[in-house]
Amino acid sequence: MITFDAVTKRYADGTVAVDNLSLEAPTGEITVFVGPSGCGKTTSLRMINRMIDATEGRILLDGDPVQDIDPPKLRRGIGYVIQQAGLFPHKKIVDNVATVPLLLGWDRGKARSRAMELLERVGLDPAMGERYPFQLSGGQQQRVGVARALAADPPVLLMDEPFSAVDPIVRTSLQDELLRLQAELNKTIVFVTHDIDEAIKLGDRVAVLRVGGRLAQLADPKTLLSEPADDFVREFLGHDRGIRRLQFVGTEGLRLRTDLTVPAGFSGGSPEPWVLAVSDDGRPVGWLRGDGGGEPEPYGTFRPGRDSMRSALDAALLSPSGCAVAVGEDGKVAGVATREALDEALAEAADG
Amino acid sequence: MGEPLLSRLIADGPPSLWEWIARNWDTGRVGSIKDLLGDHLVMSLVPIVAGLVLALPLGLASARWRWLYQPTAGVFNVVYALPSLPVFMLLISVTGLSKTTVIIPLTFYAIAVLLPAVVDGLGSVPDHVRQSAVAMGFTPLRRLVQVELPIAVPVVLAGLRVVAVSSISLVSVGALIGQGGLGMLFTRAYQNPFLPPVIVGIVLIVALALVADGLLVLAQRLLTPWVRARRAS
Ligand SMILES: Nc1ncnc2c1ncn2[C@@H]1O[C@H](COP(=O)(O)OP(=O)(O)O)[C@@H](O)[C@H]1O
Ligand SMILES: [Mg+2]
Repeated sequence: MITFDAVTKRYADGTVAVDNLSLEAPTGEITVFVGPSGCGKTTSLRMINRMIDATEGRILLDGDPVQDIDPPKLRRGIGYVIQQAGLFPHKKIVDNVATVPLLLGWDRGKARSRAMELLERVGLDPAMGERYPFQLSGGQQQRVGVARALAADPPVLLMDEPFSAVDPIVRTSLQDELLRLQAELNKTIVFVTHDIDEAIKLGDRVAVLRVGGRLAQLADPKTLLSEPADDFVREFLGHDRGIRRLQFVGTEGLRLRTDLTVPAGFSGGSPEPWVLAVSDDGRPVGWLRGDGGGEPEPYGTFRPGRDSMRSALDAALLSPSGCAVAVGEDGKVAGVATREALDEALAEAADG
Repeated sequence: MGEPLLSRLIADGPPSLWEWIARNWDTGRVGSIKDLLGDHLVMSLVPIVAGLVLALPLGLASARWRWLYQPTAGVFNVVYALPSLPVFMLLISVTGLSKTTVIIPLTFYAIAVLLPAVVDGLGSVPDHVRQSAVAMGFTPLRRLVQVELPIAVPVVLAGLRVVAVSSISLVSVGALIGQGGLGMLFTRAYQNPFLPPVIVGIVLIVALALVADGLLVLAQRLLTPWVRARRAS
Protein backbone atom coordinates (compact mmCIF):
# COMPACT_ATOMS: atom_id res chain seq x y z
CA MET A 1 0.00 0.00 0.00
CA ILE A 2 1.16 3.51 -0.83
CA THR A 3 0.15 6.21 1.61
CA PHE A 4 0.27 9.96 0.99
CA ASP A 5 0.30 11.62 4.39
CA ALA A 6 -0.37 15.37 4.08
CA VAL A 7 2.08 15.70 1.20
CA THR A 8 2.89 19.13 -0.22
CA LYS A 9 5.30 19.96 -3.02
CA ARG A 10 6.44 23.53 -3.50
CA TYR A 11 8.91 24.07 -6.34
CA ALA A 12 11.85 26.46 -6.02
CA ASP A 13 9.94 29.14 -7.97
CA GLY A 14 7.09 29.01 -5.44
CA THR A 15 4.66 26.93 -7.55
CA VAL A 16 2.60 24.71 -5.30
CA ALA A 17 2.20 21.60 -7.45
CA VAL A 18 0.69 19.36 -4.77
CA ASP A 19 -1.18 20.75 -1.79
CA ASN A 20 -1.65 18.75 1.39
CA LEU A 21 -2.50 15.49 -0.37
CA SER A 22 -3.59 12.57 1.77
CA LEU A 23 -4.73 9.32 0.21
CA GLU A 24 -4.02 5.64 0.03
CA ALA A 25 -3.34 3.47 -3.00
CA PRO A 26 -4.31 -0.01 -1.77
CA THR A 27 -2.18 -3.07 -2.48
CA GLY A 28 -3.16 -5.00 -5.60
CA GLU A 29 -5.42 -2.24 -6.95
CA ILE A 30 -5.22 0.35 -9.69
CA THR A 31 -5.45 3.87 -8.27
CA VAL A 32 -5.83 6.51 -10.96
CA PHE A 33 -4.80 10.15 -10.57
CA VAL A 34 -6.84 12.17 -13.02
CA GLY A 35 -7.18 15.88 -13.57
CA PRO A 36 -6.47 18.71 -15.99
CA SER A 37 -2.95 19.45 -17.21
CA GLY A 38 -0.76 21.03 -14.53
CA CYS A 39 -2.76 19.78 -11.56
CA GLY A 40 0.24 17.97 -10.09
CA LYS A 41 -0.28 14.39 -11.29
CA THR A 42 3.28 13.83 -12.50
CA THR A 43 4.69 15.54 -9.43
CA SER A 44 2.61 13.29 -7.14
CA LEU A 45 3.72 10.18 -9.00
CA ARG A 46 7.39 11.12 -8.96
CA MET A 47 7.36 11.75 -5.26
CA ILE A 48 6.61 8.06 -4.77
CA ASN A 49 9.91 6.94 -6.29
CA ARG A 50 11.72 10.08 -5.11
CA MET A 51 12.47 11.49 -8.53
CA ILE A 52 11.02 14.51 -6.74
CA ASP A 53 11.20 14.92 -2.99
CA ALA A 54 8.17 16.16 -1.07
CA THR A 55 8.48 19.55 0.63
CA GLU A 56 6.18 18.58 3.47
CA GLY A 57 4.46 15.42 4.62
CA ARG A 58 5.42 11.81 4.11
CA ILE A 59 4.89 9.06 1.57
CA LEU A 60 4.87 5.55 2.96
CA LEU A 61 5.44 2.33 1.06
CA ASP A 62 3.86 -0.47 3.09
CA GLY A 63 4.35 1.71 6.14
CA ASP A 64 7.99 2.70 5.49
CA PRO A 65 8.70 6.33 4.63
CA VAL A 66 10.28 6.46 1.14
CA GLN A 67 12.54 9.25 2.39
CA ASP A 68 14.43 6.61 4.37
CA ILE A 69 15.21 4.46 1.34
CA ASP A 70 18.22 5.08 -0.93
CA PRO A 71 16.71 6.30 -4.25
CA PRO A 72 18.37 3.79 -6.65
CA LYS A 73 17.38 0.90 -4.38
CA LEU A 74 13.84 2.24 -3.97
CA ARG A 75 13.42 2.73 -7.73
CA ARG A 76 14.62 -0.75 -8.67
CA GLY A 77 11.64 -2.06 -6.73
CA ILE A 78 9.13 0.21 -8.49
CA GLY A 79 8.24 -0.18 -12.17
CA TYR A 80 7.85 3.07 -14.08
CA VAL A 81 6.19 3.62 -17.46
CA ILE A 82 5.96 6.99 -19.23
CA GLN A 83 4.24 8.45 -22.25
CA GLN A 84 7.16 8.29 -24.72
CA ALA A 85 8.13 4.85 -23.37
CA GLY A 86 11.64 6.20 -22.66
CA LEU A 87 13.31 3.17 -24.23
CA PHE A 88 17.10 3.29 -24.62
CA PRO A 89 17.66 3.90 -28.34
CA HIS A 90 21.11 2.26 -28.31
CA LYS A 91 19.95 -1.03 -26.81
CA LYS A 92 18.09 -3.89 -28.39
CA ILE A 93 14.56 -4.47 -27.12
CA VAL A 94 15.59 -7.53 -25.12
CA ASP A 95 18.35 -5.55 -23.38
CA ASN A 96 15.95 -2.69 -22.73
CA VAL A 97 13.58 -5.06 -20.97
CA ALA A 98 16.44 -6.71 -19.06
CA THR A 99 17.66 -3.36 -17.68
CA VAL A 100 16.43 -3.55 -14.11
CA PRO A 101 17.28 -7.25 -13.60
CA LEU A 102 20.82 -6.42 -14.75
CA LEU A 103 20.96 -3.45 -12.36
CA LEU A 104 19.91 -5.86 -9.63
CA GLY A 105 22.85 -8.08 -10.51
CA TRP A 106 21.11 -10.99 -12.23
CA ASP A 107 23.33 -12.87 -14.63
CA ARG A 108 22.97 -11.95 -18.29
CA GLY A 109 21.43 -15.19 -19.47
CA LYS A 110 18.78 -15.21 -16.78
CA ALA A 111 17.95 -11.53 -17.35
CA ARG A 112 17.60 -12.06 -21.10
CA SER A 113 15.37 -15.11 -20.80
CA ARG A 114 13.21 -13.25 -18.32
CA ALA A 115 13.01 -10.40 -20.85
CA MET A 116 11.89 -12.77 -23.61
CA GLU A 117 9.23 -14.21 -21.34
CA LEU A 118 7.92 -10.71 -20.61
CA LEU A 119 7.80 -9.70 -24.26
CA GLU A 120 5.47 -12.61 -24.83
CA ARG A 121 3.48 -11.70 -21.78
CA VAL A 122 2.72 -8.19 -23.07
CA GLY A 123 1.69 -9.58 -26.44
CA LEU A 124 4.85 -9.09 -28.49
CA ASP A 125 6.67 -11.58 -30.69
CA PRO A 126 9.88 -12.49 -28.79
CA ALA A 127 11.71 -12.24 -32.14
CA MET A 128 11.28 -8.47 -31.71
CA GLY A 129 13.82 -8.70 -28.92
CA GLU A 130 16.62 -8.38 -31.44
CA ARG A 131 15.33 -5.11 -32.87
CA TYR A 132 16.12 -1.57 -31.81
CA PRO A 133 13.38 0.66 -30.36
CA PHE A 134 13.01 2.92 -33.43
CA GLN A 135 12.07 -0.16 -35.46
CA LEU A 136 8.86 -0.54 -33.42
CA SER A 137 5.55 1.31 -33.67
CA GLY A 138 4.46 3.60 -30.87
CA GLY A 139 2.07 0.99 -29.49
CA GLN A 140 4.74 -1.71 -29.58
CA GLN A 141 7.22 0.58 -27.83
CA GLN A 142 4.65 1.20 -25.14
CA ARG A 143 4.25 -2.56 -24.63
CA VAL A 144 8.02 -2.86 -24.32
CA GLY A 145 7.88 -0.05 -21.76
CA VAL A 146 5.38 -2.07 -19.73
CA ALA A 147 7.46 -5.25 -20.10
CA ARG A 148 10.55 -3.36 -18.94
CA ALA A 149 8.73 -2.01 -15.90
CA LEU A 150 7.59 -5.52 -14.97
CA ALA A 151 10.93 -7.24 -15.63
CA ALA A 152 12.13 -7.48 -12.04
CA ASP A 153 8.60 -8.26 -10.82
CA PRO A 154 8.24 -5.13 -8.69
CA PRO A 155 5.19 -5.03 -6.40
CA VAL A 156 4.48 -1.42 -7.39
CA LEU A 157 3.98 0.08 -10.85
CA LEU A 158 3.84 3.80 -11.60
CA MET A 159 2.40 4.80 -14.97
CA ASP A 160 2.44 8.41 -16.21
CA GLU A 161 0.02 8.86 -19.13
CA PRO A 162 1.49 5.73 -20.71
CA PHE A 163 -1.11 5.43 -23.45
CA SER A 164 -1.71 9.10 -24.29
CA ALA A 165 0.53 9.25 -27.34
CA VAL A 166 -0.91 6.30 -29.28
CA ASP A 167 -3.98 6.29 -31.53
CA PRO A 168 -7.38 5.45 -30.00
CA ILE A 169 -7.60 1.87 -31.30
CA VAL A 170 -4.13 0.97 -30.04
CA ARG A 171 -4.91 2.77 -26.79
CA THR A 172 -8.01 0.65 -26.22
CA SER A 173 -6.07 -2.55 -26.82
CA LEU A 174 -3.26 -1.42 -24.49
CA GLN A 175 -5.83 -0.62 -21.80
CA ASP A 176 -7.46 -4.04 -22.18
CA GLU A 177 -4.04 -5.65 -22.07
CA LEU A 178 -3.20 -3.80 -18.85
CA LEU A 179 -6.43 -4.98 -17.22
CA ARG A 180 -5.72 -8.54 -18.33
CA LEU A 181 -2.17 -8.38 -16.96
CA GLN A 182 -3.36 -6.85 -13.72
CA ALA A 183 -5.89 -9.68 -13.25
CA GLU A 184 -2.93 -12.07 -13.34
CA LEU A 185 -0.32 -10.02 -11.49
CA ASN A 186 -2.21 -7.99 -8.88
CA LYS A 187 0.31 -5.16 -8.73
CA THR A 188 -0.19 -2.00 -6.75
CA ILE A 189 -0.58 0.43 -9.63
CA VAL A 190 -0.72 4.22 -9.59
CA PHE A 191 -1.85 5.36 -13.02
CA VAL A 192 -1.83 8.99 -14.12
CA THR A 193 -4.05 10.28 -16.93
CA HIS A 194 -5.89 13.42 -17.99
CA ASP A 195 -8.52 11.29 -19.73
CA ILE A 196 -11.53 10.70 -17.47
CA ASP A 197 -12.77 7.81 -19.62
CA GLU A 198 -9.46 6.04 -19.22
CA ALA A 199 -9.59 6.70 -15.48
CA ILE A 200 -13.06 5.20 -15.22
CA LYS A 201 -12.17 2.21 -17.34
CA LEU A 202 -8.94 1.31 -15.53
CA GLY A 203 -9.34 2.56 -11.98
CA ASP A 204 -10.40 0.55 -8.98
CA ARG A 205 -10.22 3.95 -7.32
CA VAL A 206 -10.03 7.33 -8.99
CA ALA A 207 -8.51 10.42 -7.41
CA VAL A 208 -9.65 13.59 -9.16
CA LEU A 209 -7.14 16.41 -8.68
CA ARG A 210 -7.77 20.06 -9.35
CA VAL A 211 -5.23 22.67 -10.44
CA GLY A 212 -3.22 23.76 -7.44
CA GLY A 213 -2.66 20.14 -6.53
CA ARG A 214 -5.66 19.60 -4.27
CA LEU A 215 -7.69 16.41 -4.10
CA ALA A 216 -11.22 17.04 -5.29
CA GLN A 217 -12.62 13.54 -4.84
CA LEU A 218 -11.42 10.01 -4.26
CA ALA A 219 -13.93 7.31 -5.08
CA ASP A 220 -14.55 4.18 -7.09
CA PRO A 221 -15.63 4.95 -10.67
CA LYS A 222 -19.29 4.15 -10.11
CA THR A 223 -19.59 6.43 -7.10
CA LEU A 224 -17.67 9.12 -8.92
CA LEU A 225 -20.18 9.09 -11.78
CA SER A 226 -23.26 8.92 -9.59
CA GLU A 227 -22.15 11.22 -6.78
CA PRO A 228 -19.62 13.80 -7.94
CA ALA A 229 -18.42 15.76 -4.91
CA ASP A 230 -18.74 19.22 -6.45
CA ASP A 231 -19.15 21.25 -9.63
CA PHE A 232 -15.51 20.88 -10.60
CA VAL A 233 -15.74 17.10 -10.56
CA ARG A 234 -19.14 17.17 -12.29
CA GLU A 235 -17.78 19.34 -15.06
CA PHE A 236 -14.64 17.27 -15.39
CA LEU A 237 -16.70 14.11 -15.76
CA GLY A 238 -18.42 15.61 -18.78
CA HIS A 239 -21.96 15.63 -20.12
CA ASP A 240 -22.73 11.99 -20.83
CA ARG A 241 -21.99 10.99 -17.25
CA GLY A 242 -25.37 9.22 -16.99
CA ILE A 243 -24.76 7.08 -20.05
CA ARG A 244 -21.23 6.25 -18.94
CA ARG A 245 -22.49 5.26 -15.51
CA LEU A 246 -24.48 2.52 -17.20
CA GLN A 247 -21.25 0.70 -17.86
CA PHE A 248 -21.22 -0.15 -14.16
CA VAL A 249 -24.81 -1.44 -14.17
CA GLY A 250 -25.06 -5.19 -14.77
CA THR A 251 -27.45 -6.96 -17.13
CA GLU A 252 -28.01 -10.04 -14.96
CA GLY A 253 -31.47 -8.91 -13.91
CA LEU A 254 -32.62 -7.87 -17.37
CA ARG A 255 -35.92 -9.55 -18.32
CA LEU A 256 -35.58 -11.48 -21.59
CA ARG A 257 -38.39 -12.61 -23.91
CA THR A 258 -37.95 -15.87 -25.76
CA ASP A 259 -41.19 -15.69 -27.75
CA LEU A 260 -39.94 -13.17 -30.33
CA THR A 261 -37.72 -15.51 -32.35
CA VAL A 262 -38.77 -17.17 -35.59
CA PRO A 263 -37.00 -19.56 -38.00
CA ALA A 264 -35.05 -17.97 -40.87
CA GLY A 265 -37.73 -18.98 -43.40
CA PHE A 266 -40.45 -16.96 -41.62
CA SER A 267 -43.07 -15.55 -43.99
CA GLY A 268 -45.37 -13.47 -41.80
CA GLY A 269 -48.27 -13.98 -39.48
CA SER A 270 -46.97 -12.62 -36.18
CA PRO A 271 -48.95 -10.06 -34.16
CA GLU A 272 -45.65 -8.44 -33.03
CA PRO A 273 -44.31 -5.49 -35.07
CA TRP A 274 -40.81 -7.06 -35.21
CA VAL A 275 -39.57 -10.65 -34.82
CA LEU A 276 -35.99 -11.95 -34.76
CA ALA A 277 -35.08 -14.46 -37.48
CA VAL A 278 -32.73 -17.14 -36.13
CA SER A 279 -30.70 -19.60 -38.22
CA ASP A 280 -30.90 -23.39 -37.81
CA ASP A 281 -27.87 -23.36 -35.47
CA GLY A 282 -29.46 -20.74 -33.23
CA ARG A 283 -27.56 -17.63 -34.37
CA PRO A 284 -29.31 -14.30 -35.07
CA VAL A 285 -29.98 -13.43 -38.73
CA GLY A 286 -31.89 -10.14 -38.51
CA TRP A 287 -35.12 -8.42 -37.57
CA LEU A 288 -38.16 -9.08 -39.75
CA ARG A 289 -41.48 -7.26 -39.79
CA GLY A 290 -44.23 -9.23 -38.10
CA ASP A 291 -46.17 -9.30 -41.40
CA GLY A 292 -43.20 -10.98 -43.10
CA GLY A 293 -42.43 -8.16 -45.55
CA GLY A 294 -38.91 -6.94 -46.49
CA GLU A 295 -35.34 -8.06 -45.94
CA PRO A 296 -33.79 -8.89 -42.52
CA GLU A 297 -32.77 -5.65 -40.78
CA PRO A 298 -29.61 -5.09 -38.65
CA TYR A 299 -29.45 -6.18 -35.03
CA GLY A 300 -27.18 -5.60 -32.02
CA THR A 301 -26.16 -8.18 -29.42
CA PHE A 302 -24.97 -8.23 -25.83
CA ARG A 303 -23.94 -10.96 -23.39
CA PRO A 304 -26.24 -10.93 -20.34
CA GLY A 305 -24.27 -11.00 -17.11
CA ARG A 306 -20.96 -10.14 -18.76
CA ASP A 307 -21.78 -6.96 -20.68
CA SER A 308 -23.03 -3.79 -19.01
CA MET A 309 -26.33 -1.98 -19.45
CA ARG A 310 -24.44 0.44 -21.64
CA SER A 311 -23.72 -2.37 -24.12
CA ALA A 312 -27.31 -3.61 -23.97
CA LEU A 313 -28.63 -0.13 -24.65
CA ASP A 314 -26.17 0.28 -27.48
CA ALA A 315 -27.33 -3.02 -28.97
CA ALA A 316 -30.95 -1.89 -28.79
CA LEU A 317 -30.18 1.40 -30.53
CA LEU A 318 -28.55 -0.47 -33.43
CA SER A 319 -31.76 -2.19 -34.52
CA PRO A 320 -35.01 -0.82 -35.94
CA SER A 321 -37.01 -2.85 -33.42
CA GLY A 322 -35.39 -1.05 -30.47
CA CYS A 323 -34.70 -4.43 -28.87
CA ALA A 324 -31.33 -5.87 -27.87
CA VAL A 325 -30.48 -9.46 -28.75
CA ALA A 326 -29.06 -11.46 -25.84
CA VAL A 327 -26.55 -14.09 -26.94
CA GLY A 328 -24.71 -16.75 -24.98
CA GLU A 329 -21.00 -17.49 -24.97
CA ASP A 330 -21.53 -19.72 -28.02
CA GLY A 331 -23.09 -16.86 -29.99
CA LYS A 332 -26.54 -18.42 -29.93
CA VAL A 333 -29.63 -16.35 -29.18
CA ALA A 334 -30.65 -16.55 -25.54
CA GLY A 335 -33.56 -14.15 -25.77
CA VAL A 336 -34.53 -10.57 -26.53
CA ALA A 337 -34.49 -7.57 -24.22
CA THR A 338 -37.39 -5.37 -25.31
CA ARG A 339 -37.68 -1.61 -24.84
CA GLU A 340 -39.96 -2.23 -21.90
CA ALA A 341 -37.43 -4.54 -20.24
CA LEU A 342 -34.62 -2.03 -20.81
CA ASP A 343 -36.83 0.73 -19.48
CA GLU A 344 -37.49 -1.18 -16.26
CA ALA A 345 -33.78 -1.87 -15.78
CA LEU A 346 -32.90 1.78 -16.43
CA ALA A 347 -35.49 2.97 -13.93
CA GLU A 348 -33.98 0.62 -11.39
CA ALA A 349 -30.47 1.88 -12.15
CA ALA A 350 -31.63 5.46 -11.73
CA ASP A 351 -32.99 4.61 -8.31
CA GLY A 352 -29.98 2.71 -7.06
CA MET B 1 67.96 18.36 -42.01
CA GLY B 2 67.59 17.12 -45.58
CA GLU B 3 68.64 20.24 -47.42
CA PRO B 4 72.09 19.07 -48.55
CA LEU B 5 70.59 15.87 -49.90
CA LEU B 6 67.94 17.74 -51.82
CA SER B 7 70.32 20.30 -53.33
CA ARG B 8 72.58 17.49 -54.39
CA LEU B 9 69.68 15.75 -56.10
CA ILE B 10 68.80 18.83 -58.05
CA ALA B 11 72.41 19.47 -58.94
CA ASP B 12 72.44 15.98 -60.45
CA GLY B 13 69.63 16.99 -62.80
CA PRO B 14 65.88 16.50 -62.29
CA PRO B 15 65.08 12.84 -61.58
CA SER B 16 61.67 11.33 -62.28
CA LEU B 17 59.06 11.23 -59.51
CA TRP B 18 59.55 7.53 -58.82
CA GLU B 19 63.29 7.83 -58.88
CA TRP B 20 63.05 10.66 -56.37
CA ILE B 21 60.78 8.69 -54.08
CA ALA B 22 62.99 5.61 -54.25
CA ARG B 23 66.05 7.62 -53.40
CA ASN B 24 64.49 9.57 -50.57
CA TRP B 25 62.11 7.05 -49.01
CA ASP B 26 64.49 5.69 -46.43
CA THR B 27 67.90 7.31 -46.40
CA GLY B 28 68.45 6.33 -42.80
CA ARG B 29 68.91 10.02 -42.10
CA VAL B 30 66.70 12.72 -40.65
CA GLY B 31 64.43 14.15 -43.34
CA SER B 32 63.74 10.98 -45.34
CA ILE B 33 60.15 10.61 -46.49
CA LYS B 34 59.66 7.73 -44.05
CA ASP B 35 61.03 9.86 -41.24
CA LEU B 36 58.75 12.79 -42.11
CA LEU B 37 55.76 10.46 -42.33
CA GLY B 38 56.51 9.15 -38.83
CA ASP B 39 56.82 12.72 -37.48
CA HIS B 40 53.58 13.65 -39.19
CA LEU B 41 51.74 10.74 -37.61
CA VAL B 42 53.00 11.57 -34.14
CA MET B 43 52.22 15.27 -34.42
CA SER B 44 48.68 14.64 -35.68
CA LEU B 45 47.70 11.61 -33.59
CA VAL B 46 48.85 12.98 -30.24
CA PRO B 47 46.57 16.06 -30.50
CA ILE B 48 43.62 13.91 -31.63
CA VAL B 49 43.95 11.52 -28.69
CA ALA B 50 44.91 14.18 -26.16
CA GLY B 51 42.10 16.40 -27.44
CA LEU B 52 39.54 13.66 -26.90
CA VAL B 53 40.91 12.71 -23.48
CA LEU B 54 40.74 16.34 -22.34
CA ALA B 55 37.47 17.28 -24.07
CA LEU B 56 35.55 14.41 -22.40
CA PRO B 57 35.88 15.59 -18.79
CA LEU B 58 35.55 19.23 -19.86
CA GLY B 59 32.41 18.37 -21.82
CA LEU B 60 30.95 16.32 -18.98
CA ALA B 61 31.60 19.17 -16.54
CA SER B 62 30.13 21.72 -18.98
CA ALA B 63 27.02 19.62 -19.48
CA ARG B 64 26.63 19.18 -15.74
CA TRP B 65 27.29 22.83 -14.83
CA ARG B 66 25.99 24.83 -17.78
CA TRP B 67 27.56 28.11 -16.62
CA LEU B 68 30.97 26.52 -17.17
CA TYR B 69 30.34 25.87 -20.84
CA GLN B 70 30.49 29.33 -22.45
CA PRO B 71 33.69 30.52 -20.72
CA THR B 72 35.46 27.18 -21.34
CA ALA B 73 34.40 26.98 -24.98
CA GLY B 74 35.37 30.67 -25.31
CA VAL B 75 38.95 30.05 -24.22
CA PHE B 76 39.45 27.29 -26.78
CA ASN B 77 37.75 29.26 -29.53
CA VAL B 78 40.04 32.22 -28.94
CA VAL B 79 43.08 29.96 -29.22
CA TYR B 80 41.53 28.48 -32.35
CA ALA B 81 41.13 31.96 -33.80
CA LEU B 82 44.76 33.03 -33.14
CA PRO B 83 47.02 32.82 -36.20
CA SER B 84 49.48 29.92 -35.92
CA LEU B 85 52.66 31.93 -36.28
CA PRO B 86 52.37 34.09 -33.14
CA VAL B 87 51.22 31.01 -31.22
CA PHE B 88 54.37 29.21 -32.31
CA MET B 89 56.49 32.23 -31.43
CA LEU B 90 54.96 32.29 -27.97
CA LEU B 91 55.47 28.56 -27.45
CA ILE B 92 58.99 28.43 -28.83
CA SER B 93 60.18 30.37 -25.80
CA VAL B 94 58.88 27.51 -23.64
CA THR B 95 59.13 24.34 -25.70
CA GLY B 96 61.68 25.34 -28.31
CA LEU B 97 61.73 24.17 -31.91
CA SER B 98 60.24 20.81 -30.96
CA LYS B 99 57.23 18.67 -31.92
CA THR B 100 55.59 19.78 -28.68
CA THR B 101 55.36 23.29 -30.08
CA VAL B 102 53.16 21.95 -32.87
CA ILE B 103 51.28 19.43 -30.74
CA ILE B 104 50.08 21.94 -28.13
CA PRO B 105 48.14 24.30 -30.44
CA LEU B 106 46.73 21.36 -32.40
CA THR B 107 45.48 19.87 -29.14
CA PHE B 108 43.74 23.16 -28.36
CA TYR B 109 42.14 23.14 -31.81
CA ALA B 110 40.97 19.57 -31.22
CA ILE B 111 39.40 20.56 -27.91
CA ALA B 112 37.74 23.60 -29.53
CA VAL B 113 35.90 21.19 -31.87
CA LEU B 114 35.39 18.26 -29.50
CA LEU B 115 34.14 20.17 -26.45
CA PRO B 116 30.93 21.31 -28.20
CA ALA B 117 30.65 17.83 -29.72
CA VAL B 118 30.67 16.20 -26.28
CA VAL B 119 28.22 18.78 -24.87
CA ASP B 120 25.89 18.45 -27.89
CA GLY B 121 26.23 14.66 -27.76
CA LEU B 122 25.09 14.60 -24.15
CA GLY B 123 22.39 17.11 -25.07
CA SER B 124 21.17 14.68 -27.74
CA VAL B 125 20.04 12.27 -25.02
CA PRO B 126 16.24 12.69 -25.02
CA ASP B 127 14.91 13.92 -21.71
CA HIS B 128 12.44 11.03 -21.41
CA VAL B 129 15.29 8.56 -21.86
CA ARG B 130 17.30 10.20 -19.10
CA GLN B 131 14.24 10.33 -16.85
CA SER B 132 13.42 6.70 -17.38
CA ALA B 133 17.03 5.76 -16.57
CA VAL B 134 16.68 7.65 -13.30
CA ALA B 135 13.34 5.99 -12.61
CA MET B 136 14.77 2.52 -13.16
CA GLY B 137 17.34 3.05 -10.45
CA PHE B 138 20.56 3.85 -12.31
CA THR B 139 23.14 5.55 -10.11
CA PRO B 140 24.42 8.79 -11.72
CA LEU B 141 27.76 7.26 -12.75
CA ARG B 142 26.18 4.15 -14.22
CA ARG B 143 23.65 6.26 -16.06
CA LEU B 144 26.46 8.31 -17.58
CA VAL B 145 28.50 5.29 -18.67
CA GLN B 146 25.69 2.98 -19.79
CA VAL B 147 23.12 5.40 -21.14
CA GLU B 148 24.27 8.97 -21.75
CA LEU B 149 27.76 8.45 -23.20
CA PRO B 150 26.71 5.65 -25.59
CA ILE B 151 23.92 7.86 -26.92
CA ALA B 152 26.41 10.74 -27.29
CA VAL B 153 28.86 8.62 -29.31
CA PRO B 154 27.56 9.44 -32.83
CA VAL B 155 27.82 13.20 -32.26
CA VAL B 156 31.26 12.91 -30.63
CA LEU B 157 32.53 10.69 -33.44
CA ALA B 158 31.31 13.18 -36.04
CA GLY B 159 33.42 15.82 -34.26
CA LEU B 160 36.33 13.45 -34.07
CA ARG B 161 36.26 12.93 -37.83
CA VAL B 162 36.57 16.68 -38.38
CA VAL B 163 39.40 16.85 -35.85
CA ALA B 164 41.30 13.92 -37.36
CA VAL B 165 41.27 15.29 -40.89
CA SER B 166 42.06 18.85 -39.86
CA SER B 167 44.88 17.81 -37.51
CA ILE B 168 46.53 15.73 -40.21
CA SER B 169 46.33 18.64 -42.60
CA LEU B 170 47.33 21.33 -40.09
CA VAL B 171 50.56 19.64 -39.00
CA SER B 172 52.09 20.99 -42.23
CA VAL B 173 51.92 24.49 -40.77
CA GLY B 174 54.64 23.40 -38.36
CA ALA B 175 57.02 23.67 -41.29
CA LEU B 176 57.19 27.36 -40.30
CA ILE B 177 59.33 26.29 -37.39
CA GLY B 178 60.98 23.32 -39.06
CA GLN B 179 58.53 20.77 -37.55
CA GLY B 180 56.00 20.20 -40.30
CA GLY B 181 56.23 16.46 -40.84
CA LEU B 182 55.32 15.89 -44.47
CA GLY B 183 54.77 19.65 -44.70
CA MET B 184 58.57 19.99 -44.80
CA LEU B 185 58.37 18.70 -48.36
CA PHE B 186 56.47 21.86 -49.36
CA THR B 187 58.94 24.34 -47.86
CA ARG B 188 61.82 22.64 -49.59
CA ALA B 189 60.00 22.92 -52.88
CA TYR B 190 59.44 26.58 -52.18
CA GLN B 191 63.13 27.10 -51.72
CA ASN B 192 63.93 25.00 -54.84
CA PRO B 193 61.13 24.88 -57.37
CA PHE B 194 60.93 21.12 -57.83
CA LEU B 195 57.70 19.19 -58.16
CA PRO B 196 58.12 15.59 -56.83
CA PRO B 197 58.33 16.48 -53.08
CA VAL B 198 55.16 18.58 -53.37
CA ILE B 199 53.27 15.77 -55.05
CA VAL B 200 54.50 13.19 -52.53
CA GLY B 201 53.61 15.50 -49.64
CA ILE B 202 50.10 16.18 -50.84
CA VAL B 203 49.37 12.56 -51.74
CA LEU B 204 50.64 11.20 -48.43
CA ILE B 205 48.76 13.79 -46.34
CA VAL B 206 45.51 13.15 -48.19
CA ALA B 207 46.06 9.39 -47.90
CA LEU B 208 46.66 9.70 -44.15
CA ALA B 209 43.51 11.75 -43.76
CA LEU B 210 41.46 9.23 -45.74
CA VAL B 211 42.79 6.30 -43.73
CA ALA B 212 42.08 8.05 -40.42
CA ASP B 213 38.58 8.98 -41.55
CA GLY B 214 37.95 5.43 -42.76
CA LEU B 215 39.03 4.00 -39.43
CA LEU B 216 36.67 6.36 -37.61
CA VAL B 217 33.77 5.41 -39.87
CA LEU B 218 34.54 1.78 -39.12
CA ALA B 219 34.61 2.53 -35.39
CA GLN B 220 31.27 4.28 -35.77
CA ARG B 221 29.74 1.22 -37.40
CA LEU B 222 31.04 -1.09 -34.72
CA LEU B 223 30.17 1.17 -31.78
CA THR B 224 26.74 2.37 -32.91
CA PRO B 225 24.89 -0.32 -34.87
CA TRP B 226 21.65 1.34 -33.78
CA VAL B 227 22.47 4.48 -35.78
CA ARG B 228 23.25 2.56 -38.95
CA ALA B 229 20.06 0.57 -38.58
CA ARG B 230 18.11 3.79 -38.24
CA ARG B 231 19.56 5.24 -41.43
CA ALA B 232 18.79 2.05 -43.33
CA SER B 233 15.15 2.07 -42.35
N1 LIG C 1 10.55 21.64 -12.00
C1 LIG C 1 9.52 22.48 -11.84
N2 LIG C 1 9.71 23.73 -11.39
C2 LIG C 1 8.68 24.57 -11.21
N3 LIG C 1 7.38 24.27 -11.44
C3 LIG C 1 7.13 23.03 -11.89
C4 LIG C 1 8.17 22.07 -12.12
N4 LIG C 1 7.60 20.93 -12.57
C5 LIG C 1 6.28 21.17 -12.63
N5 LIG C 1 5.99 22.42 -12.22
C6 LIG C 1 4.65 23.01 -12.11
O1 LIG C 1 3.92 22.27 -11.16
C7 LIG C 1 2.59 22.12 -11.58
C8 LIG C 1 2.24 20.64 -11.66
O2 LIG C 1 3.00 20.03 -12.68
P1 LIG C 1 2.84 18.50 -13.05
O3 LIG C 1 2.98 17.68 -11.83
O4 LIG C 1 3.78 18.21 -14.16
O5 LIG C 1 1.34 18.45 -13.58
P2 LIG C 1 0.57 17.37 -14.46
O6 LIG C 1 1.40 16.15 -14.56
O7 LIG C 1 -0.72 17.14 -13.73
O8 LIG C 1 0.30 18.02 -15.79
C9 LIG C 1 2.46 22.84 -12.91
O9 LIG C 1 1.95 24.12 -12.63
C10 LIG C 1 3.86 22.92 -13.40
O10 LIG C 1 4.05 24.06 -14.20
MG1 LIG D 1 2.18 15.16 -16.31
